[in-house]
Amino acid sequence: MIALPAPKPEILARREEIVAALRTIVPGDGVIGEPTRLKPYETDGLAAYRQVPLAVVLPTTTGQVAAVLRYCHETGVRVVPRGAGTSLSGGALPLADAVVVGLMRMNRILEIDLDDRFAVVEAGVTNIGITKAVEGDGFFYAPDPSSQLACMIGGNVMMNSGGAHCLKYGVTANNLLGVKFVTIEGEIIDIGGAHLDAAGYDWLGLITGSEGQLGMVTEVTVRILRGPEGARAMLAAFKGTEIAGAAVDAIIGSGIIPVALEFMDKPCIHACEAFAHAGYPLDAEAMLIIEVEGSVAEQDDLLNRIKAICERFDPISLKVAESAEQSLAIWKGRKGAFGAVGRISPDYLCMDGTIPTSELPFVLKRIGEMSTQYGLGVANVFHAGDGNLHPLIMFDANDPESFRKAEAFGGDILKLCVEVGGCLTGEHGVGVEKRDLMTVQFTARELDQQRAIKTAFDPQWLLNPSKVFPLEGAPVPLAAE
Amino acid sequence: MSDLIAPADEDGLAAAIAAAHAAREPVAIEGNGSKRGLLRPVQAARTVSTRNLSGITLYRPAELVLSARAGTPIPQIEAALAEKGQHLIAEPPDTRAIFGSDRPATLGGIVAANLSGPRRITWGAMRDHVLGIRFVNGTGEVLRSGGRVLKNVTGLDLCKLLAGSYGTLGVMTEITLKVLPAPEATATLLVAVPDAAAGVRALSAGLGSPFGVSGAALVPGEPLLAALRIEDFAPSVTYRIGRLRETLAGFGALTTIEGEASRALWRDVRDATPLAAQPGEAIWRLSVRPSAGPAVVAAAGALGGRALLDWGGGLAWVAAPATAAAHAALVAAAEASCGACTLFRAPEDLRQSVAVLPQEPAPLAAIGRRVKAALDPAGILNPGRMRAGA
Ligand SMILES: Cc1cc2nc3c(=O)[nH]c(=O)nc-3n(C[C@H](O)[C@H](O)[C@H](O)COP(=O)(O)OP(=O)(O)OC[C@H]3O[C@@H](n4cnc5c(N)ncnc54)[C@H](O)[C@@H]3O)c2cc1C
Repeated sequence: MIALPAPKPEILARREEIVAALRTIVPGDGVIGEPTRLKPYETDGLAAYRQVPLAVVLPTTTGQVAAVLRYCHETGVRVVPRGAGTSLSGGALPLADAVVVGLMRMNRILEIDLDDRFAVVEAGVTNIGITKAVEGDGFFYAPDPSSQLACMIGGNVMMNSGGAHCLKYGVTANNLLGVKFVTIEGEIIDIGGAHLDAAGYDWLGLITGSEGQLGMVTEVTVRILRGPEGARAMLAAFKGTEIAGAAVDAIIGSGIIPVALEFMDKPCIHACEAFAHAGYPLDAEAMLIIEVEGSVAEQDDLLNRIKAICERFDPISLKVAESAEQSLAIWKGRKGAFGAVGRISPDYLCMDGTIPTSELPFVLKRIGEMSTQYGLGVANVFHAGDGNLHPLIMFDANDPESFRKAEAFGGDILKLCVEVGGCLTGEHGVGVEKRDLMTVQFTARELDQQRAIKTAFDPQWLLNPSKVFPLEGAPVPLAAE
Repeated sequence: MSDLIAPADEDGLAAAIAAAHAAREPVAIEGNGSKRGLLRPVQAARTVSTRNLSGITLYRPAELVLSARAGTPIPQIEAALAEKGQHLIAEPPDTRAIFGSDRPATLGGIVAANLSGPRRITWGAMRDHVLGIRFVNGTGEVLRSGGRVLKNVTGLDLCKLLAGSYGTLGVMTEITLKVLPAPEATATLLVAVPDAAAGVRALSAGLGSPFGVSGAALVPGEPLLAALRIEDFAPSVTYRIGRLRETLAGFGALTTIEGEASRALWRDVRDATPLAAQPGEAIWRLSVRPSAGPAVVAAAGALGGRALLDWGGGLAWVAAPATAAAHAALVAAAEASCGACTLFRAPEDLRQSVAVLPQEPAPLAAIGRRVKAALDPAGILNPGRMRAGA
């Protein structure tokens, strides 16, 4: 288990006063102080960790967010920002002495401009909500995390979330134009806007993926793109992971960048097939789902090129969708992968390291060995084009020993990712989950440098504390101005 | 010119910065110095250059990654990529003609200035493709951020912070980029348009089509031409140009140019050649919402200058007389649409007397000073390069 800091008794003792003060800022039912009603906020997508917060506040305006943060800053109260609470790394996990500032009530779409291809939305708008607002005109918002029905754009910004189509369209950071940023001191700052490149330091780039460490975001300006004429998928199954890896290399080496290129290993194929009956080949060691875009003729051209490449690798099966329905059927298993694994195991941990794609066969072999050693099953899905690996470690949450082993197994996988030249997290963030592994990837000085930058934004370290940075290694004091 | 120190390796560079930090002595930071004329001049007795930190250190075409030391000349990187049929995604401008420099830009310089060319409109800026950096901070420590994989959200993203920081926060020594396959074919549809407003509407219609336009500029001349580029496999280029012709038929007379003619046009747009800036003129780069591009063209005209619009109208290169009044007028034109104006090239007295970058709101400027202090506590790295007294 990952340690959380002891709550400050002097803050706990002030609960009633704090709740009353918050009520003067956010009226009505926007402040929750009753312990029973705080329960729904006790965890996020990393459900093994739970902690009821001191209070929850649900502002409806940027002004309220600023006033809440200023109050917390002036009176030394810790803050945990929250969107939809789908973080898989415990990024939105509360602390006992912290106020959760949830932006789910800030869910308005403020402006859509199709000519200039941007939309301005409040932080609590869901990811899919942006696409829904513009798809009638043929546009979409590109980053598409699997959680897109629930997760919110503010959370996406703070996690720099990716999706199945980011090989072509990039992750959140590549699709943002601006944010309305609120500092812990309660200052409201507009960063970027409807134009592509703001001059000066790239504050937008620094804030994106900062996991609530630097400030809060209340509005986001995103790029919206015109969708392609169409898209179609194919499935290619191979006798070995190495062979599938070589096929991926050959596809990219041929100059084709498919819009999606997903890899599943044998346990994952089996779990998904049992769940979705998508017609996946059960004798395959590895399977690719490859999607291309364009007109029907363009799709045919690209799929034929890819098929010809795959044929060089002695495939067990190659299935090119003939229609949009067949495409959906191919995707159905992959999209349900998490749910499918959830059916064969009571609980699972979803890991998220990235590796150089050439290391895939070696890494999968080592994960297989670790699985035997820990006695826990694992299924691997992988964004093959960009090296982002999602091993799903199966365990039983009712058995503390099983959970301990699963965490240790996950830690070993992430260390392996770093060893082969990759990183701890490709899209889910560090949160609490990977906090203590940061020393595997970074030197003490590198972490101190990042801490010093956090201090420049949040001098008292009130924002989302005990996440991202290992607890030991005290905050670096602020250099004198 | 101040004394030039060009260490042979990263350790040497770190030692030079550590010494400057210990002595509280400001240093100018540069690669080949090809953009010395960009932004404000730095007053420093010494210049530390990355030019001897050169060479590609890792290139895996199938993984779409390339790492090179910061002093590696851009043409060398472009040549290595071309050999494997790949390219720099953001197609950074070659500013040699603008600044009258005979040395090519280095990778470190292009990233530190976050300079992107026409492809930025669909494929992202230079900073979007920086996967990892090694850098020396203002105390002489060698640090890393990011890595060599395409997806990485581990820790604060200092790659983005340093990209576009013009050497004021740290000296990058090695940079890893995402690269992509170069297209098999390319062609450009040219639409003769009556004026900038009609031109931007044509570009917007093209960019709002499903055909994947990867360049959208207004090329000055008689007539004014809206240029829309398609880059893809050959059959796709043929098909998409055909569909674009249908989409844009109502906007003006259409012509198509292909292959090398198309590539040459976009090299010119990339390098702002059609702007035809005269030696005595100043050059500005404005980033605005695309529909505000025509207002910038009008502002440039009122100053007796000219503008070249790229990025669908959202990037305006302006050449006009090098005066403080012209600068103020263009800053106002950018601010009118909440955009950003950068004084790109000007005589030294003008660069020193005006704010070459947009002013930041006070609370952000205060954070900026603290972040600068966190990376460069003695304030020795390129003081005054971006803003007076900072
Ligand atoms: C089934 C499932 C599938 C998933 N698939 C993907 C996927 O494909 N790709 C992917 O990248 N992720 C995926 N995720 C992870 C998660 O959905 C993303 O990290 C998402 O961006 C989180 O959004 P949220 O609104 O739920 O944010 P939360 O979980 O509420 O918060 C995330 C972090 O951001 C902070 N935060 C939230 N809002 C703000 C704000 N306005 N200002 C400042 N800080 C804020 C929080 O403190 C926290 O640290 C998945 C999760 C689940 C449960």
